[in-house]
Amino acid sequence: MDFLIFQAPMLMVQASIDGILLGILFALIAYGMALQWGVMNIINIAQGELVIMGGYIAYFMYLSGIHPAFGVIVSPIIMYFVGVGMYKLVINKVVDRDLFISILATFGISILAQQLMNFAFGADVVVAQSNFGTTMLFDGMVTIPNAKIFSGLVCIIAAIILVIYMKKSKLGRAIRATAQNARAAKILGVDTEKVYASTFGINAALCGIAGACIAITFTLHPYTGLPYTVRSFMIVIIAGLGNLPAVAISGMGLGVFEEWADYLIGTEFRIAAVFSLLVIILVYRRFKLSRKREYLK
Amino acid sequence: MNKNTLLYAGLLIFGLVGAFIFPAYKLQLSFLYILIVLAMTWDVQGGQMGYNTFGNILFFGVGMYVASSVQIAMFFSLSEWTDAGGEKTFVHTVPQFFQGFAFGILLSGIIPMLIAGIIGYGILGLRGHYFAICTLALGIAAGEIAGGVEIIGAGQGMTVPVWPKGFGSNELSSQFLYYLSFALAVITFTFLKWAYSTRFGLVLNAIRDNEDKAEAMGIYTMRYKIIGWMVSAFFVGLAGGIMGHINGYIEPTEIAFAGPTFGVFMVLMAILGGKGTLWGPLVGATIFHLFKESFWTFFLGWQYVALGVLIVVIVVYFPEGIMGWLREKYPERFGEVIDEADRKAQVILK
Repeated sequence: MDFLIFQAPMLMVQASIDGILLGILFALIAYGMALQWGVMNIINIAQGELVIMGGYIAYFMYLSGIHPAFGVIVSPIIMYFVGVGMYKLVINKVVDRDLFISILATFGISILAQQLMNFAFGADVVVAQSNFGTTMLFDGMVTIPNAKIFSGLVCIIAAIILVIYMKKSKLGRAIRATAQNARAAKILGVDTEKVYASTFGINAALCGIAGACIAITFTLHPYTGLPYTVRSFMIVIIAGLGNLPAVAISGMGLGVFEEWADYLIGTEFRIAAVFSLLVIILVYRRFKLSRKREYLK
Repeated sequence: MNKNTLLYAGLLIFGLVGAFIFPAYKLQLSFLYILIVLAMTWDVQGGQMGYNTFGNILFFGVGMYVASSVQIAMFFSLSEWTDAGGEKTFVHTVPQFFQGFAFGILLSGIIPMLIAGIIGYGILGLRGHYFAICTLALGIAAGEIAGGVEIIGAGQGMTVPVWPKGFGSNELSSQFLYYLSFALAVITFTFLKWAYSTRFGLVLNAIRDNEDKAEAMGIYTMRYKIIGWMVSAFFVGLAGGIMGHINGYIEPTEIAFAGPTFGVFMVLMAILGGKGTLWGPLVGATIFHLFKESFWTFFLGWQYVALGVLIVVIVVYFPEGIMGWLREKYPERFGEVIDEADRKAQVILK
């Protein structure tokens, strides 16, 4: 087998760096998912659509002449309110119910959001040009668009701010308390309804940041949300809920895996590789646990 | 003659003469029978067994591809057929067409069943939402992989053999497919009605209610789960095979492994009708089909928006479904005996 990646070793470096920068983005989305999964016990299939929506906000700014990099500030603010609105309309009715109900309800939201975005922005693949230029390493053998470095830095800063906020602020403490025991938190005077709404809003805001980064580094299309949902689900089940370093590492691992899969088995199988990896990981964990007669909970 | 016999006879007669009473709606009725099969087989997992799967669409797509690939490959070279695309340079003769059709449909049931048996041991060990997400990923991965395989036409899809010339008209072809899908729906219904009345049905319900306890009672739950999935896969595969012929064209992500359409429809229909009941999926499929067709006709372009809203509304406000609601209202009709004293006591409590 003569793979290009083994003939040109520099491509390995290229794929790994691309993968890590991509993985930081995935980790941010996955952290949002872990947050609301842990606090509200909801799996949000519409996570990917929130990301794409955030990306379209940045793209819209680009169309109206503002530099799309400012999208990383504007998009989370708008997405926060979209998230809160989504919570008030639908999610608050499925919080205490069976997990499958939440999966199906958010699946409905995701179909709805895809179509509305399709109407609003058209079915073309779009990208917001940032004109940041590229950085060359190793005499131009490895090229990294500066936009990717920028988006990686933005995601790291956002994650740091979020961690500090969750540790120090009053709302952050309330969110953590609700995650530990919603009933006890309620008794002690935490307005859990408000906590849920803002958790969902924060999740949507994180998706907004990631989406704005995707708009300037990759491409946007109304129907490409679901792979982001699956990626973040995968990262969360590997890393566990509320474990940020593990989320970051497995996010980067997934990014590197994807870039390598891109070179090894071809771009047309990239999405298939992501989805198959999820199946393989779940089945592997199921067999590992079944030796102890346990199952994934 | 009691009420039930009358009902069955009425439905059977409707199905048999439906093709002649409503010749314009023949295609729609064939679609309806296929949808009924999908909803009923989804209910084996989702309703009776409590395993909410999004992945039955995998068997649908595999069945579709198997049926036409076998029919083509028996007489021609498959790769040349897909290379030729829409151009009909290869034409089946009448006996070739029907031999290929019979073999193709047969294998379109058997191969998905074998796949379900093989992957079942790994995947059915997952529970709850892990199972749901895993099967969701499975269906989409299958579609993406099928979109990259050259021999079955990759992303462009492949054409299904056309009805042989000189053997009846187009009318005959659509009547043939109509009766085929009607027969499939009848067989599926009868088989599941029988299966739910046996020990098998009881075990499925036991798994839904409490799997650990069922296991502790000495039931090999894994065996029953796999058999249940294989049954579903068999009928869904057949439905897929017939559906390929109804469409006349196979495309990987939009028609065969159509997660956002058929994959969701089957879940929605079963929930709308009431999951965990024999008649629920049938009723749900009928109502859903009527709703869908009127939306697809009158609000073209907005149909998926309507679908999204419909999913949210049904799931959030109507999770019990129509049969569940009827059961709540008229428990006597469902053979539930309610003690008079109990009922009075409940009224007092309120």
